[in-house]
Amino acid sequence: MNGIHDMGGMHGFGPVQTEEREPDAPGEPGVPLFHAPWERRALGLTLAMGATGQWNIDQSRSARESLPAATYLTAGYYGIWIRGLERLLLARGLVDDEELAAGHALRPALPVARVLKADAVAAALARGASTERAPTQPARFAIGDRVRAINEHPTGHTRLPRYVRGHLGTVQLVHGVHVFADRHAASPAGMPFDEAPQWLYAVAFDGGELWGAGAEPGLSVSVDAWESSLGAMTDAPR
Amino acid sequence: MNHDHSHEPGHADHASHLDEMDLRVRALETLLTEKGYVDTAAIERLIETYEVQIGPRNGARVVARAWADAAYRERLAADATAAIAELGYSGRQGEHMVAVFNTPAEHHMVVCTLCSCYPWPVLGLPPAWYKSAPYRSRAVREPRAVLADFGVTLPEASALRVWDSTAEVRYLVVPMRPAGTEGWSAERLAKLVSRDSMIGTGLAMAAPQEATRP
Repeated sequence: MNGIHDMGGMHGFGPVQTEEREPDAPGEPGVPLFHAPWERRALGLTLAMGATGQWNIDQSRSARESLPAATYLTAGYYGIWIRGLERLLLARGLVDDEELAAGHALRPALPVARVLKADAVAAALARGASTERAPTQPARFAIGDRVRAINEHPTGHTRLPRYVRGHLGTVQLVHGVHVFADRHAASPAGMPFDEAPQWLYAVAFDGGELWGAGAEPGLSVSVDAWESSLGAMTDAPR
Repeated sequence: MNHDHSHEPGHADHASHLDEMDLRVRALETLLTEKGYVDTAAIERLIETYEVQIGPRNGARVVARAWADAAYRERLAADATAAIAELGYSGRQGEHMVAVFNTPAEHHMVVCTLCSCYPWPVLGLPPAWYKSAPYRSRAVREPRAVLADFGVTLPEASALRVWDSTAEVRYLVVPMRPAGTEGWSAERLAKLVSRDSMIGTGLAMAAPQEATRP
């Protein structure tokens, strides 16, 4: 969707607030990761609920980015996470509005695939969740190929940012075959996730191609794009 | 009750917003715990992992090793996921790693314009500015101006390559090795590798003056 989350190239947000940066020390400790105690809980709660397997990471992203634009801009990072989590819980019937308002369970729980226990946390994090899948057909593009990002404006989740759509770029890396985020996010609740794996590429766009004559000199911007988001330069525009 | 239409903060009521969020998250945690969907000890373990164990010191060790060990640098360039796993770092939000190497001719910088994708196993959780609208909007259009916000000026002739993390591939910038560090151990080199230098919004720190004296 052409949502507020798709921020690449926008004006008007002001300078980057870098005050958390530590010019003399290498990163940690001392960098405040959280600005209020509830943000810590929001992180833990979101990761723990994610482990139940009731939704995938693309559905989480989709829930966050489809919040009302004004909310997205003012709720703060973990405020967005909490609102996204509430939406996912409601949509799957794991909780209802009355329970959210009460802050207590009023009805029996639904079964979930897994409840993450403390002693399983380290292994679960170290394992992660690979999105790479075995290829079933050869890659259409190779490094150096000129490709055009499709000009498409789906109402659902997409990982093709607006600022590259319709533009010509060059394949820079071939990442293998990966779960296609756009379809994965659209998996119906209660069904096996629709992975629809595809070849994934890093595609580099010249600054001038994206931003015109005013582009900073020497700039190139790469995005990771799935094969169905790309056409060969010679293809008819779509 | 529609949670998205609930009271949103202005500047004047920042504190009440925090109180409201505190209550809201506590209520949610209580509810989910009562339902049996989450385990409180697991939540604490998850938070603690990223507060205490996993942070940019991991990435600094990777970079320092790449500076000190040419064979490791080659492995990092060829298959970053495997090379990083050699040092024991793997998993969530770092399943598919690519290392990009700064040179005098080319500077790399990483962003996620669509959300906040970041290589957790090597850098931990992202800083607030990385997730902010100013960084996400400007890093792809005017990265040199963004670098100026960080006090970094690149030579005019240097190309600037920005990587927007739009899939599950995560990018680690290997900054240029500071002058005057010949013969240093990887352990000593790691102290010069800042978090920002591995995102590309900073450079590695200069070797302290006394260390470079003969």
